[in-house]
Amino acid sequence: MTETVLEIKDLRTYFYIREGELRAVDGLSYTIKKGEFVALVGESACGKSVSALSIMRLIPNPPGIIVGGEIIFDGKDLLKQSEEEMRAIRGNRIAMVFQEPMTSLNPVLTVGRQLAESLELHRGFDKESALGEAVKFLKLVGIPDAERRVNQYPYQFSGGMQQRIMIAMALTCEPALLIADEPTTSVDVTVQAQLMELINNLRSEFGMAVLLITHNLGVVARYADHVVVMYAGRLMESASTDDIYSNPRHPYTMGLIASVPRLDLPRDRSIHVISGLPPDLTRLPKNICPFAPRCQFKDHRCTELRPELEQVGDGHYAACFRHNEIQSLVEHEK
Amino acid sequence: MKDNMYLVEAKDVVKYFPLQFGLFKRKAADIKAVDKVSFGIKSGETLGLVGESGCGKTTTGRCILRLYDLTAGNIYFDGEDITILGGERLRRIRRDMQLIFQDPYASLDPRMSVGDIIGEPLLVHNLVKGKEYKEQAKEMMKLVELDANMSDRYPHEFSGGQRQRIGIARALSTRPKFIVCDEPVSALDVSIQAQIIKLLTRLKEELSLTYLFIAHDLSVVRYISDRVAVMYLGKIVEITHSAELYAKPLHPYTQALLSAVPIPNPEVDRQRTRILLVGDVPSPLFPPRGCHFHTRCQCAIAECREKEPQLRNLGNEHWVSCHVV
Repeated sequence: MTETVLEIKDLRTYFYIREGELRAVDGLSYTIKKGEFVALVGESACGKSVSALSIMRLIPNPPGIIVGGEIIFDGKDLLKQSEEEMRAIRGNRIAMVFQEPMTSLNPVLTVGRQLAESLELHRGFDKESALGEAVKFLKLVGIPDAERRVNQYPYQFSGGMQQRIMIAMALTCEPALLIADEPTTSVDVTVQAQLMELINNLRSEFGMAVLLITHNLGVVARYADHVVVMYAGRLMESASTDDIYSNPRHPYTMGLIASVPRLDLPRDRSIHVISGLPPDLTRLPKNICPFAPRCQFKDHRCTELRPELEQVGDGHYAACFRHNEIQSLVEHEK
Repeated sequence: MKDNMYLVEAKDVVKYFPLQFGLFKRKAADIKAVDKVSFGIKSGETLGLVGESGCGKTTTGRCILRLYDLTAGNIYFDGEDITILGGERLRRIRRDMQLIFQDPYASLDPRMSVGDIIGEPLLVHNLVKGKEYKEQAKEMMKLVELDANMSDRYPHEFSGGQRQRIGIARALSTRPKFIVCDEPVSALDVSIQAQIIKLLTRLKEELSLTYLFIAHDLSVVRYISDRVAVMYLGKIVEITHSAELYAKPLHPYTQALLSAVPIPNPEVDRQRTRILLVGDVPSPLFPPRGCHFHTRCQCAIAECREKEPQLRNLGNEHWVSCHVV
């Protein structure tokens, strides 16, 4: 078996705000193996970004607290590390790429300076050689004319180029895990294709694992090995990419996949609509299935008990009382 | 085809934005946002307009609504040339053409109640007296599946999908014939996006509307459009029926654009051929000579660098502007 890079066990991150307790992440567990591409999927405010920030221990406190769980990385529980120990891991062993490259880059420093910073900090380069190394990384992510552009400022680059620079910065320390939080949401499809190909190629080149946070189910299908589906802070389903698309066992996963308009299916096929809205997390009862109010297959158990995550196949887990009958229910519906 | 068959027609529409610099605002160059774009939309039809950021699709939409003055070309609405219409006559026309915006967070006034937001166009166009608009606003809210009892609430109390419904209700309040939908679902989550697409489709049938549907998501556009136009750097490169375009894309740019959209099914996606475009879209300040796309095109020949291609009808109303096809 390949070695595990990251193991998250029953992670719970809560926020204490005026409206009360908000369980942004409530019992999340998954593992990422060496070199694996895992996608964390869900809609806005389902807790996917908060779970990533929890791994980096970047949850603002107050109002947020990681109240429980374990995050095992390199054999150590990150939740037990001191702030100083975390600094040696962040940007070094685990790197992160964010959604908005323009707000993540410092506008008053040249991109070379920003790339050199982590090389000096984590890899012991001096100022001059770090800049030379920065050029190498810009070339690696496909920025033409890197020798000249290393001295330019972020505003002189297009959105796609800025995101390439962010990826270069993340790679400078050859991390074991790259967390990419919606890296292609603000760019066009052709640029999205370029960036995803880049991340995927670098993954094999560096042997690093990738955790991609996204709501784009097409990108997931194309690149991910394993998919984790979240809803309202909870883990709904976790399976290999082929299993998730061909044999989903949670009604939310099914609804999500069916609600995407597709290029390959007949145009007159009506798209599925999940009715209703995602729940208000401060008002959501703690011990029911959070998807029950919008679920067309709910029964009395769903609003009385909280479904636990059950193994439903090889490496396939789902949190639904009706996971065994759900496929036949959908067939019947049709 | 005769002009009066179209509800909306754009003829050689050109829109340049001057790039000014210095103390005296000297004109340095023109940003060629829209460069000789022509198309027609029949009554009851939905024309999809797709392309990447900065290709001029939003500017085209705004030119048609006369929110920008054209640099050259003509806009016809309901058979009438509205290119230089002004004053009261333009106001009269504007009742019949409305706009739905992309960002439901930025496009609604946070200090107005939802009822006032939806009813305001009725007051502006003097379609109601006094407080009558409040009742009509409630009707509109029901039409877009919002709770009419919430008309006294403010936008911040609604979710993204609900706000987009408010924006749609406002656009519909003057009972327009034609609506420009400018990326109406791209800021929304997948499950909410499906709800809004369904709503727009239903409203179109019920109110016999005509849409210009602007979006960058090709799968959404395919779902909702009868015909689709693909834009690149201010020009339409391909325009045809939706089924035809997606089954048989002819322009190399359309082909690349379609292949860049991943299909949410791993088995299907693995079998597709992918064309990866290199580089970025060139600046519309200095678009490449000849065919605008030749710098990124895999099929480019010498002619593409010299001569600008024109839209040609290759049969079955399939128009393509490419030398190679």
